[in-house]
Amino acid sequence: MNPTATPETADNPEEWPLWEVFVRSKAGLDHKHSGSLHAPDAKLALEMARDVYTRRQEGTSIWVVRSDQIVASDPGDKDMYFDPMEDKVYRHPTFYKLPDEVNHM
Amino acid sequence: MQDSITVSTDPSVRYLLRLGDTCLIHAQRLGEWCGHAPIIEEDIALTNIALDLIGQARGVLTRAGQLGGQQFDEDQLAFLREERDYFNPTLVELPRGDFAVTTVRNLMVAALLELLWTRLQTSSDAEVAAVAGKAVKEARYHHRHAADWLVRLGDGTAESRRRIETALDRLWPYSRELFQSDAIDDAALASGLGPRWAELRDPWLAAMRDALDAAGLAMPTETAFLSSGRQGIHSEHMGHMLAEMQYLQRSYPGGAW
Repeated sequence: MNPTATPETADNPEEWPLWEVFVRSKAGLDHKHSGSLHAPDAKLALEMARDVYTRRQEGTSIWVVRSDQIVASDPGDKDMYFDPMEDKVYRHPTFYKLPDEVNHM
Repeated sequence: MQDSITVSTDPSVRYLLRLGDTCLIHAQRLGEWCGHAPIIEEDIALTNIALDLIGQARGVLTRAGQLGGQQFDEDQLAFLREERDYFNPTLVELPRGDFAVTTVRNLMVAALLELLWTRLQTSSDAEVAAVAGKAVKEARYHHRHAADWLVRLGDGTAESRRRIETALDRLWPYSRELFQSDAIDDAALASGLGPRWAELRDPWLAAMRDALDAAGLAMPTETAFLSSGRQGIHSEHMGHMLAEMQYLQRSYPGGAW
């Protein structure tokens, strides 16, 4: 993607697109969702994410993703998607007896 | 009403005041964007830059206050000098203008400071070198951020391009002053305190050319105009700005958070 190209937004081409910001707090940890911001393109989105979300040493790495590129599950599918797992406690590994030599599990 | 202080004419003090005042006055102008920037994200970016510059000014002014037989702290130097005892180049005291003016000035100043801090990392003064080591990283980001905006405004709409060209024409003549050498620069070079600013002219022009090329903008032509802020002789804007900056310390001497 051309970093200076201005992508069109669906409803209002005058408005800058929304970006989701993910920040990794230190090496080895996952990037975590921090929030969102408006920016005209990818490069400025990164710089603005740096300025808005890492002012207090929160990060060592940043990802930005166009919000409209994220595919989200439908809240209406919640019952079908997630409720069936409610009675399947056997999927949690809590029924194993651990030998005493294994600490800190 | 708090009286003014008079600063030493020692060339090392003068050299550091030029640098510290550049950061301080530039930061004060950038601070005027707080709550007024075109978008909230850039509002935060500009004030972040201003705070970086205040931090740099603090380090340099603190050191300047210890040299030349003086004992002034950073606050006295920042708030209790007369206009003629500020030695920033005129460029940074000009009104903030629109966002295009701010972008062009940010680029001009950040490119200069990045080069200065790079050289000052090897200053013979250990405290200045320590400030420089931290500041050079900040200046590098300020430079990139301003250059990226220059591309977007220069290569944006007809209106943004018109504004950026107007800003360039207006501010460029003030760049000539930055690279005029005098005895203060010579003394700093001789003592190892720092480079003559004039030595930074070629790399500064190269950095400006890179940024302008990327934005599809032409390099402005040099004019004969020569401003004189580094000599303590300022534009008509300086006094108004200092009045606002100094009001609290003058009215409530020693006031602190």
